[in-house]
Amino acid sequence: MTTTHYVEEPTTVTRYSAGARVNHWITAGSLILLAVSGLALFHPALFFLTALFGGGEYTRMVHPWIGVVLLLGFTGLFLRFWRLNLWERTDNVWLGRLRSVLAGHEEDLPECGKYNAGQKLVFWGMSLLIVVLFISGVGAWDSQHAFLKETFGISFTIDQKRLAILVHAVAAIGAILIWIVHVYAALWVKGTVRAMMRGSVTGGWAWRHHRRWLREEVAADGKKSDGK
Amino acid sequence: MATLQSLDLKRRSATAGTPPAARQTLEVSKLIDISKCIGCKACQVACMEWNDLRAEVGEVHGYYDNPGDLSPSTWTMMRYTERDNPDTGDLEWLIRKDGCMHCSDPGCLKACPSPGAIVQYSNGIVDFVSENCIGCGYCVKGCPFNIPRISQTDNKAYKCTLCSDRVAVGQAPACVKACPTQALVFGSKEDMIVHAQGRVADLKSRGYKNAGLYDPPGVGGTHVMYVLHHADQPQLYAGLPNQPRISPLVELWKGAAKNVGLIGIGFAAFFGFMHYVVNGPNRVSKEDEEAAVKLKEGGK
Ligand code: HEM
Ligand code: SF4
Repeated sequence: MTTTHYVEEPTTVTRYSAGARVNHWITAGSLILLAVSGLALFHPALFFLTALFGGGEYTRMVHPWIGVVLLLGFTGLFLRFWRLNLWERTDNVWLGRLRSVLAGHEEDLPECGKYNAGQKLVFWGMSLLIVVLFISGVGAWDSQHAFLKETFGISFTIDQKRLAILVHAVAAIGAILIWIVHVYAALWVKGTVRAMMRGSVTGGWAWRHHRRWLREEVAADGKKSDGK
Repeated sequence: MATLQSLDLKRRSATAGTPPAARQTLEVSKLIDISKCIGCKACQVACMEWNDLRAEVGEVHGYYDNPGDLSPSTWTMMRYTERDNPDTGDLEWLIRKDGCMHCSDPGCLKACPSPGAIVQYSNGIVDFVSENCIGCGYCVKGCPFNIPRISQTDNKAYKCTLCSDRVAVGQAPACVKACPTQALVFGSKEDMIVHAQGRVADLKSRGYKNAGLYDPPGVGGTHVMYVLHHADQPQLYAGLPNQPRISPLVELWKGAAKNVGLIGIGFAAFFGFMHYVVNGPNRVSKEDEEAAVKLKEGGK
């Protein structure tokens, strides 16, 4: 079981710095709170979730502000990771063999860098949706519209507000679906969660799932020690 | 307002199932005969009086509309339009009393996410129940008539109640009571339609060939109706919507998006779980670990 990762660790590779991990969990926490508070207003059957936030009024009030936290948090993640998520030719091959991916036959797949094509799609999908969610969220944020008008001269017609809330609801569903894929992948592929908890993975994990990244890390390490 | 008449609910926002339906009250309506209105604003004052509301004193913008718009403390107001009728050469002064139309199919209620914050009584009145209102502004998006206003003070939505408190005890709304020309009348919806037909016939006999009753079917009819001299062009009356209906954007948001969205989330979670059940976890093998160690040693 997972304990073996902690007891006999043949070799480990650093994957995330402390800063990246804190940044990730602030973003993850706000995304989850947003999904729960948003779903509470999304469907009457889920309205009971407002109790978690102290009632309907607090839920309505707090949700958009958590959205601001999410935007800041995700901007941090974006600046950290966007370069490593640029699309490569081998990503198309990986995607074309999705069947092998789902069956866990990684020997049939091209060697991956720090992120595989699935992770890259999660990254870019979330990037796009969070921008859309923020813009449409502001369009639906009635209690701040007077402020926006006085301060920035921004105002919305009722039709724009209707479009905003529709787009917001649809984008939120999209973001939640991507979130499910993201979380499931982390749980299914054993040894992944510790990357975000402790910052490191085992060498075997890196060899199995991100071999090209491991080769690059080892090569870089070798250079470092040569230079010393 | 509060729900004083919980036995008489026909619809309740964000609530599944049927409200109590043992008794059925008479469907009522207010009829606003624009051809009889002299623009005196007695109704506006009566509304403030009865509901004990005072809007902040604003500015005069050089026209008669005063206050300039509906607000959390202005539930009805007169909108004045001067029109040069190109057909007759007459100068027409079109004065429309604006306020909630008490739709049979209310967009505000459809949009509302908070259970019981908007109710419709079986007499047709649509009421906001403030203690359940969370201030999200969804009713603003749902309403085809641009009526609800959210208060900056308490973050609750407000609009005309059609004096549901007065009607519940057999009184006409305050505005109707105050109107000196009987441009406003109140009664059963059936009677009001008959009364309107008489008024329309009169207007037609006096040359207003397009006179008619405004009871828009797009929202299932309303419980505030207008007699218009130009029923073919309701937009002349300070933008009264021609063929209003709940916006398709709102229908999509409150219809397909909800159901498809929740089912989609449910399926995603289901498939994820089943994938695990079928394939089991994706584990690192001993060979993987050994290969990594070899690579690391080789790289040194
Ligand atoms: C990024 C910044 C965001 C802002 C500014 C924002 C703002 C808003 C606002 C103003 C509302 C209307 C209710 C209210 O006033 O609280 C709302 C509703 C909602 N939000 Fe957000 N939001 C954001 C992000 C998100 C995210 C990331 C999710 C989901 C993962 C989400 C899911 C929802 C849902 C499901 C609703 C209910 C929509 C409906 O009733 O159909 N929001 N949001
Ligand atoms: S006019 Fe607007 S606020 Fe009044 S019942 Fe119709 S949708 Fe609701």
